[in-house]
Amino acid sequence: MRPMTEAELADILRGAIAPLVIRGGGTRGIGRALGAVLDTGGLAGVRLYEPGALTLVAGAGTPLAEVQALLAAEGQRLPFEAPDLRGLLGRSGGSTLGGVVAANASGPRRVQAGACRDSLIGVRFVDGAGMVVKNGGRVMKNVTGLDLSKLMAGSHGTLGVLTEVAFKLLPIPEVAVTLRLSGLSDAQAVLALAAALGSPFEVSGAAHWPGQGTFLRLEGFETSVRYRVGQVSRHLARFGTVDEVADMWPKVRDVVPFDGQTGDVWRLALRPSAAADVVARARAEAALYDWGGGLVWLLTEPGLDLRARLGAIDGHATLMRSDSTLPTFAPEAPGVAALTKGLRGKFDPKGILNSGLMG
Amino acid sequence: MDMPLPNPSVLARRDRILARLAAVLPGDALISDPTETRAYECDALTAYRCPPMAAVLPRTTQEVAAVLRICHVEGVPVVPRGSGTSLAGGALPTADCVILGIARMTAVLETDYGDRFIHVQTGRTNLSVTGAVESEGFFYAPDPSSQLACAIAGNIGMNSGGAHCLKYGVTTNNLLGVRIVTMAGEVLTIGGPWSDAPGLDLLGVICGSEGQLGVVTEAWLRILPKPEGARPVLMGFASNEVAGACVSDIIKGGLLPVAIEFMDRPCIEATEAFAKAGYPDCEALLIVEVEGSPAEIDDQLARIKSIAARHAPVAYRESRSEEESKRIWLGRKSAFGAMGQMGDYICLDGTIPVSELSFVLRRIGELADQYGLRVANVFHAGDGNMHPLILFNANRVGDLEKAEAMGADILRLCVDVGGCLTGEHGVGVEKRDLMHAQFTRDDMEAQLRVKDVFDPAWLLNPAKVFPLDVTAARRAG
Repeated sequence: MRPMTEAELADILRGAIAPLVIRGGGTRGIGRALGAVLDTGGLAGVRLYEPGALTLVAGAGTPLAEVQALLAAEGQRLPFEAPDLRGLLGRSGGSTLGGVVAANASGPRRVQAGACRDSLIGVRFVDGAGMVVKNGGRVMKNVTGLDLSKLMAGSHGTLGVLTEVAFKLLPIPEVAVTLRLSGLSDAQAVLALAAALGSPFEVSGAAHWPGQGTFLRLEGFETSVRYRVGQVSRHLARFGTVDEVADMWPKVRDVVPFDGQTGDVWRLALRPSAAADVVARARAEAALYDWGGGLVWLLTEPGLDLRARLGAIDGHATLMRSDSTLPTFAPEAPGVAALTKGLRGKFDPKGILNSGLMG
Repeated sequence: MDMPLPNPSVLARRDRILARLAAVLPGDALISDPTETRAYECDALTAYRCPPMAAVLPRTTQEVAAVLRICHVEGVPVVPRGSGTSLAGGALPTADCVILGIARMTAVLETDYGDRFIHVQTGRTNLSVTGAVESEGFFYAPDPSSQLACAIAGNIGMNSGGAHCLKYGVTTNNLLGVRIVTMAGEVLTIGGPWSDAPGLDLLGVICGSEGQLGVVTEAWLRILPKPEGARPVLMGFASNEVAGACVSDIIKGGLLPVAIEFMDRPCIEATEAFAKAGYPDCEALLIVEVEGSPAEIDDQLARIKSIAARHAPVAYRESRSEEESKRIWLGRKSAFGAMGQMGDYICLDGTIPVSELSFVLRRIGELADQYGLRVANVFHAGDGNMHPLILFNANRVGDLEKAEAMGADILRLCVDVGGCLTGEHGVGVEKRDLMHAQFTRDDMEAQLRVKDVFDPAWLLNPAKVFPLDVTAARRAG
């Protein structure tokens, strides 16, 4: 099924009785959902782009690459640096805006510019019974009614099928510089990243790649970045010498260090100061720290129940790639799970949207 | 503006309900004397007043849960209240309700500068959150102009913004987690000092839900390192159009000022008469503030100056010192006070696409002539969040209604050009009946379903946000 309009999609969902797998570009879906594929690629096209207002509205099926090229021509970009997980997940095809929103896909710049959900200013979607809903809009500040746009971001297609999304944008900075500290243990690295993120020098990337180094990114106007490079280097002197290296942020963003390696891939959202200890306890085959330790990617042996191994942690683990039957998402506390279940019942009363994916 | 009639069954059980509340609260936490409940009859939208049946001021999450459990069982509506500074009537009581005030819960529970968060009870005021961390060089970014008084609970309820959200975002972008008590009295933790919850983004829908989904008693807030410095520049222009075009060019120029504030001639004249900030005599002025080290600030201001030069500014005044910065901000910060000197006013809060600025300002001028009322405009231009102030005389019969009708026309105009009814104040009761202008029945139905899940009996702040006709069946149970 490949609806070309929102109305056509609504007709399909009104009539649907069997489970559907909602697919944008098919590049970043996780977990197991079974059913007929509902392809949203037909709901494409940029509806509005106003560089002077830093806003973009586009169909959910619009290819991410097309939007990135359009924005780049005006010196602008989506702020949240959506990861490209095709290598990690073994997928092909082209990512769509709707898929990016459904996964709340957010890269290294989150520490400064926020996640996808923070740039999302409006959505249109069709719920599981075929009801067409608009929420938010195309303006940057909007508190009119409940914020269902946030609820849709990261809902992995389980509450509705997105048809249109609106973002606020940011200018592409004049320069970006990557700094590296070498030879730090994971624990020292997280402390160094915290020191950098706690400084006023506007760090826009803070990652630790064991064996390769500890990395920071500074972006902005040339004179400002030069100044901040000096300041950050002095600020971190107790952690060693800082040198300037080539841009490696796409590798962190896309988890390239795990490319081509077998095993399960976990994505942990953590309290940063707990990260090094959690990684040590995980006894994983490889680890990659982003967001100053707030995000950790782990490569483990196939089938390992990492949650059981770790026990209680300050955060939670999502299973991104595995052939096992372990749940994709960490279980929620009973009261929260009841709310989630209630919402699913309201928005997808027939239980047909990516059924079973999020529990 | 209509409010639902009080539920006679609740009023009839008043004594029993109060006795049950008294049994779970310390003696000073229950207020039911009619002379004392008057203190809770309104918030900052003072045109509408109604004393509640009772007000409770718990000190712990457990007490909040106990109160909610009783009200849930007894079917008593509950109106959550932070500091009562809502401009939208978000904390306006009904005669059969219990006001649940969070003002006594002000503790800082944990501060972690390495992980950059503070965990507070939500009765704490916005400014005192920054106060708790500024000695270490940190601050809490959302800065509503009521920040001295307003509580974090209210900020979360209304998803509050402020002058600096162009760079730092609003409450929802700075909120990591909450402890929330549902109407049934269940205490839930959603999010925490890390990014993302494992499942649906419930935090995202709780923030800005205007007390419809639960009572937030604790919050984990993102704190940020304070910039090295900040300095504003003031520019005067020959017309609103030119000032609007300059805003757009600054944004397109790749600059990200921390604030871009706009004042039109009526507002400039009023504040000049009141605060004597020495503003230029012009049609429109902008205050643009940038942050960084002294050299970074100089660099950004030089870029802004060259952009502004293309729009032939009639005045251009760059701050060179703390003293000059204060003078530049003086008029802007006195704007509401200045209008208050001139009479009563309604403050609107619609947001428009920045590209529609000059059209909307022209149209507001026409509406002012048509209604025979004066309007001054002062607002956050960088994100299109307007604050037209409509002056009226509360002592003249029919004047308030006229001002409200004009306000409604302006807000409908905001929606018509692609904007929204409220950018940072919330819907409350004030804009409740205008929701039809922005949303279809289905758009609202989707929102009501969220409330159905969190508060199936529709007891939490039930007469707010949505038009009464839309919620009637649900409120009737």
